Amino acid sequence: MAKTKPVPSASSTQAVGGMTSSYRRKELRRAFQSMVTSRWALIGMLILLLVTFIAIFGPWLAPFDPDRQNLLMRLRKPGMPAQGDLTYWLGSDQLGRDVLSRLLYGARVSLLVGVAAIFVGGTIGTVAGLVSGYFGGWIDDVIMRLGDIQLAFPFILLAIMFLVVLGPGLVNIILVLGIGQWITYARIVRAQTLSLREKEYVEAARATGDSTFSILFRTILPNIIAPLTVIASFNVAGVILSEAALSFLGLGVPPHVPTWGSMLSESRDHLLSNKWWMAVFPGLAIVLTVLAFNIIGDWLRDFLDPRLKENG
Amino acid sequence: MWTFLIRRLLQSIIVMIGVTLISFVSLQIGGDPTYLFVSENATTEEIEAARIALGFDRPLHIQYLSYIGNVFQGDFGNSLSYRMPAMEVVLEAMPATIELTFFSLVLAIGLSIPLGIYAALHRGKPMDGGIMTVAMLGQSIPNFWMGIMMFLYFGLYLGWFPISGNVPFLEPLFEGDFRKAFTNLPSTLHHMVLPSFAVGTYTLARNARLVRSSMLEVLQQDYVRTARSKGISERRVIVNHALRNAWLPVVTMIGLEFGFLLGGVVVVETVFSYPGIGRLVYNAINQRDIPVVQASVILLAGIFILLNLIVDLVYARLDPRVKLTGAS
Repeated sequence: MAKTKPVPSASSTQAVGGMTSSYRRKELRRAFQSMVTSRWALIGMLILLLVTFIAIFGPWLAPFDPDRQNLLMRLRKPGMPAQGDLTYWLGSDQLGRDVLSRLLYGARVSLLVGVAAIFVGGTIGTVAGLVSGYFGGWIDDVIMRLGDIQLAFPFILLAIMFLVVLGPGLVNIILVLGIGQWITYARIVRAQTLSLREKEYVEAARATGDSTFSILFRTILPNIIAPLTVIASFNVAGVILSEAALSFLGLGVPPHVPTWGSMLSESRDHLLSNKWWMAVFPGLAIVLTVLAFNIIGDWLRDFLDPRLKENG
Repeated sequence: MWTFLIRRLLQSIIVMIGVTLISFVSLQIGGDPTYLFVSENATTEEIEAARIALGFDRPLHIQYLSYIGNVFQGDFGNSLSYRMPAMEVVLEAMPATIELTFFSLVLAIGLSIPLGIYAALHRGKPMDGGIMTVAMLGQSIPNFWMGIMMFLYFGLYLGWFPISGNVPFLEPLFEGDFRKAFTNLPSTLHHMVLPSFAVGTYTLARNARLVRSSMLEVLQQDYVRTARSKGISERRVIVNHALRNAWLPVVTMIGLEFGFLLGGVVVVETVFSYPGIGRLVYNAINQRDIPVVQASVILLAGIFILLNLIVDLVYARLDPRVKLTGAS
């Protein structure tokens, strides 16, 4: 039917999600209202905003240079005075660096790694899923079997294996964490693409001579953004946890870069002497951030698919 | 059933070959892998000799074929720091890791099932909210940080549990010394409480939520309503009708969980100086002892694949629909 009644390409794309600007505004308002009424989601969002604020303005908020060492003032307890009229509110570490300042700087790196890794994994996974679902056949087989093989590894082991050869570094850890996530996205996108490629508006786009690229990225992709957002928010939480674990093992970012994971790694040698503040505060920062992403993920899933809420 | 079994076995073999491919690629990704196997002070002649001895001068596909052959024979070369076959080093540390992972799994599953059921049966009440809030928190705590906190509070501050080392149970058991194994058992468990709680927290939290939602779904099914309307006691409805169906998703998760827990154990062992594969890998990372890292990772992946195979077969027995369709 669509073949006999050509639909202009631009309008077919617009009709895809039915996303006119007034529709989008209405959806945004609905999302905002739902978030305000769901107390947990609001708390999650507030934590997330706070962490983002710290990640952006951390350097201005930090009372000390995070790398400034002062061996005379090493391992001070929280609340103890530093030199001058400053205070180590969260204590100092084994090199006399201020824990609070490193925590504030660490927010930037931890969030950056989380979001960048999701971007890398999300992009690779989405393209792979679109190609796999749309073309099917041997391409589909190869891509999905590759994913199966990757899933056969506990992820942290896979990351260890690559990072031990590549060496620690910001780009390396983003790439490894990102590549570790692609299959999650590929599977979701593939499943959605399989059902969407039979829809009339996709057929219409094909009939009007849209290129495959345009069909994949302008007709199909906008319709699978919603589930991808849910996966991404859960995934950021997982990636932040993995980054912390890898940094703890000494495979994350180089030691001089303050991240929450590397701070925890440094705390290990001082556990027996009960320098608890070196471990407690960076850990709390990770827990709060991951919790916020998990809560937002839960809320988004319920918001986008209310049927799931019944049992959730 | 046989077709399903053979198909599933073949799949596992293909995946295992894929694992070897990935580990081979990981060796090559940083450039000439020879440098990973020689000391930093090696001369050019020594490096060249090592390249020939290790076979890295051959074409890539030949290297890969011989790599697969070696992997399936458990030959990863000699450990650079222990000066003995890497696989032997790893196998020595294996029983401690298996003990810890298994105990974590038992703890996590053993607690998550009653908690999930309780929450589902008291849906919307304060206890349900409480359990689910703690579960959400449990899913947000890095396992090694949980370990550090338990180390500091229950180990160091209260002194209730040992904070490092282990007392072997499996090792004497494998050696046939049953008496020693069972004399050790209480002490083994005592040493494992803190690390296994730390490793299992995430799994416990996730499964409590999974059991709850699975149970809620089953409780809404017609056959549960029918059973209730027939006047069967609530206890029997839950145990015989609801629970039998609700635990299928949990069984599927157990295989995956074991792999996930193995990953967690690797990190948590370093907190408690627990002498398993995790601590071995950590030391190997610091000494860039690549053969030990490779042997550990591939062995753990192999165990993970084997367990998933077993779980799929168990699942096929539990759920007759799988047998009929032959689908995995």
